[in-house]
Amino acid sequence: MIKVKINGQEQNWDGDPDLPLLWFLRDEVGLTGTKYGCGQALCGSCTVIIDKQAVRACITSVSDVVGRDVTTIEGLHPTGDHPVQKAWRQLNVPQCGYCQTGQIMQGAALLMDNPKPSHDQIREAMAGNICRCGAYQRIENAVRLASTGV
Amino acid sequence: MNILTNPKKLRGFERHLKVENVSRRSILKGLGIAGGFALAAPVMSRPAFAAYETGAGAMPHGTVVDPRVFVSIAPDGIVTIIGHRAEMGTGVRTSLPLIVAEEMEADWSRVRVQQAPGNEAKYGNQDTDGSRSTRHYLMPMRQIGASARSMLEAAAAKRWGVPATEVKARNHEVVHAASGRKLGFGELAADAAKESVPGIEGLKLKDPKDFRYLGKGQIGIVDLKDITTGKAQYGADIRLPGMKYAVIARPPVTGGKLKSFDAADAMKVSGVEKVLEVKGWPWPSKFQPLGGVAVIARNTGAAIKGRDALKIVWDDGANGKYDSVAYRASLEEAARKPGLVVRKEGDAEAALKSADKVITGEYYLPHLAHVSMEPPVAVADVKGDRCEIWAPVQSAGGTREDVAKTLGIPEANVTVNVTLLGGGFGRKSKCDFAIEAALLSKELGAPVKVQWTREDDVRHGFLHTVSLERIEAGLDKNGKVIAWRHRSVAPTIASTFAAGAKHAAPFELGMGLIDNPFEIANLQCENPEAAAHTRIGWFRAVSNIPRAFAVQSMVAEIAAATKRDPKDMLLELIGSPRLVNLSSVKDPWNYGEPYGSYPIDTARLRKVVELVADKGGWGRSVPKGHGLGIAVHRSFVSYIATIVEVAIDDKGKLTVPRVDTAIDCGTYVNPERIESQIEGAAIMGLSLAKYGEITFKDGKVQQGNFDDFPVIRLDESPLVTHVYIVPPGPDTPPSGVGEPGVPPFAPALINAIFAATGKRIRSLPIGKQLEA
Ligand code: FES
Ligand code: FES
Repeated sequence: MIKVKINGQEQNWDGDPDLPLLWFLRDEVGLTGTKYGCGQALCGSCTVIIDKQAVRACITSVSDVVGRDVTTIEGLHPTGDHPVQKAWRQLNVPQCGYCQTGQIMQGAALLMDNPKPSHDQIREAMAGNICRCGAYQRIENAVRLASTGV
Repeated sequence: MNILTNPKKLRGFERHLKVENVSRRSILKGLGIAGGFALAAPVMSRPAFAAYETGAGAMPHGTVVDPRVFVSIAPDGIVTIIGHRAEMGTGVRTSLPLIVAEEMEADWSRVRVQQAPGNEAKYGNQDTDGSRSTRHYLMPMRQIGASARSMLEAAAAKRWGVPATEVKARNHEVVHAASGRKLGFGELAADAAKESVPGIEGLKLKDPKDFRYLGKGQIGIVDLKDITTGKAQYGADIRLPGMKYAVIARPPVTGGKLKSFDAADAMKVSGVEKVLEVKGWPWPSKFQPLGGVAVIARNTGAAIKGRDALKIVWDDGANGKYDSVAYRASLEEAARKPGLVVRKEGDAEAALKSADKVITGEYYLPHLAHVSMEPPVAVADVKGDRCEIWAPVQSAGGTREDVAKTLGIPEANVTVNVTLLGGGFGRKSKCDFAIEAALLSKELGAPVKVQWTREDDVRHGFLHTVSLERIEAGLDKNGKVIAWRHRSVAPTIASTFAAGAKHAAPFELGMGLIDNPFEIANLQCENPEAAAHTRIGWFRAVSNIPRAFAVQSMVAEIAAATKRDPKDMLLELIGSPRLVNLSSVKDPWNYGEPYGSYPIDTARLRKVVELVADKGGWGRSVPKGHGLGIAVHRSFVSYIATIVEVAIDDKGKLTVPRVDTAIDCGTYVNPERIESQIEGAAIMGLSLAKYGEITFKDGKVQQGNFDDFPVIRLDESPLVTHVYIVPPGPDTPPSGVGEPGVPPFAPALINAIFAATGKRIRSLPIGKQLEA
């Protein structure tokens, strides 16, 4: 039996310890805000925050996160009003929206590490997150807006 | 059972493969079922909004204009409006209900949107493709809203005992100005429901100058909050009690079959519960599943791991030799010989012979995969002779039909719940993944989710075709273009429906080939044969992508050869402002729209070129290594021109400092969503131009994920994309937005590269061509 902490709540897991955290979150815990896009750390759709770092849940196993605090989009802010989330809404960033929870988690992690990122730093830090709809211009602007105050 | 050849059952574009004249039978059927007040568009003349006819009535089940179907009002005043089209990022789930709210004078903050399940008899056509939703539904939605408003007004007038002409709905209440009395929509709901639905002829539509929402762009999409908090439900997010998780190993070659499999190792994987064969259909069979071996598990991760442990022997079948290198050579060969003539003005053959100079270009575009961020996924729950589906499908009605047919149960027993789509781009117009889930659920007697991995999506989808466009332009001694011969050769989407189809369907010919708008006396379009060896499907903007790439590149090539400005060359070829006469074309298709409402209007085409040139600073001086390129293309009956500024460093690395796009899409609903679609189209255009290539070897797709099928990321995306929307004239019908932004991007980029470097790229993707 493995115990892990997701959004402050303890969760038990008695299955395969190597199960990717992504599927544990989505299928076993029911936190479906974390998305599958590639399974190979290529797209960022599955981004969660672990100890203030953006982490790809698709290549992280459940056993890897024992004793660490995992934050998913559902736990980012109690009312969904994290500055990054607010900036996202203010600039109408999403198109289909599927990549956006991963983008928001990546943006939030970036700002924890670097509260005032430069233009190039934003473009580089967000480059691991694919948006097939191509909402990049607004993603970039929304991270900047969140960093300067919403 | 033959699902391919019954014309009555053909949907959307498919009808154009088989049926020349579409009858209105399907609409009448809709009328009967919906009862009293289901009216089919086309739309009648109105003083406030001039008449235009659309192709909506010719779609399966036409349109249904009935407020009782689309609008309900609760006693607390909350208005619920049905969104009956699929939301995949265009904003349609917001914009269509917004039109209803506008006309009925509902206050948007008190409106809720409810997604319709697949039921076209009730809601009208639901095929969300072809950039049609606003085009076909602007007027019907206005009529629905106006009908609801007039029922509310009638109820209030009765309550007050005054003539209905004295009362007026305004911002969620009905007001009697003379007495100052007011009643909220909630207070009137019960009485309004008893009012008869007004005849469409007497409806009074709002004067556009009184619009609060339409054309304004201040309303965010209804799912905005849910998307940013992770609550939005996509197909992949559906969870049912007792649901099993499945992934499927499919034949690696299109048309291949399962020979044998060994599941022993897979069954040892923790969490795997069962391994079973899934029924497949021979190729081609429209959207029926490919078949294969399914691994059933307690979660998706276990199912994937189990599938990795399967040992399978496949029979590759007739397409086992499909090889992209050899196939390209065969396309080139075909393009160099005469092909089926599909448009002929004057005598291009003779004019080319007598020309002072002939410029020839061959333009190649490989297969492309949609890679919508959410790969195909569906949940099905089959119980006895009933089936319920939850899936991100573009065609809810088509999914219902195909699932019912496959299971052999009546359509009425199938419920298709449409979730949000994590991108669609045409891939999710094909419901194979929903059928797979239904087959497995039936077999297992439990709800099943079938999740496609990214590799499945890249390797087993319905790819964009592969094409060779060959254009020969003949010039006289003054440099005037006197002849134009365009041969377009590519496997057709029709090959997914009928074995052996080798010529483009009318809807493919009509995407940038036979609808060429240039004023050239001798113009010929040809379509040589091409056989398909994989499943070909619609990809955002479809055949317009290769055609615009070829035609708009050739314009710049002629400009370079005759030392003229590319924009001036483009305007010269477009020629005089006129409506292009396509009378020499057997089936001009025109995106299914009547030519009267939606002609090829070169004045509008010229205007977007001039607008983007003006706003985008055409001719401005740019730093060394930078270049500007321009392209224009009419598709989905909209007019779009793009200027790309490119920068190439001395190692050949390409960046895009700026994009400018002008779009004329007629009357529009939400300019903010138009901008987002055009911004996104630039990214998709840049992705396909820079990287997009699916190749086959030994019949198998060689790519699998974003490492070998890359798409543009933020660090490579244009620094800025400007969008200019042409304000509509009072009589301009709405036209497409979702797709038409894509086609002009690649040629504008390629022309910019030429301006920057003198290198002319005729084969996409650019890949490493600029290096060295
Ligand atoms: S799903 Fe994890 S990075 Fe793509
Ligand atoms: S909004 Fe659709 S993938 Fe990003």
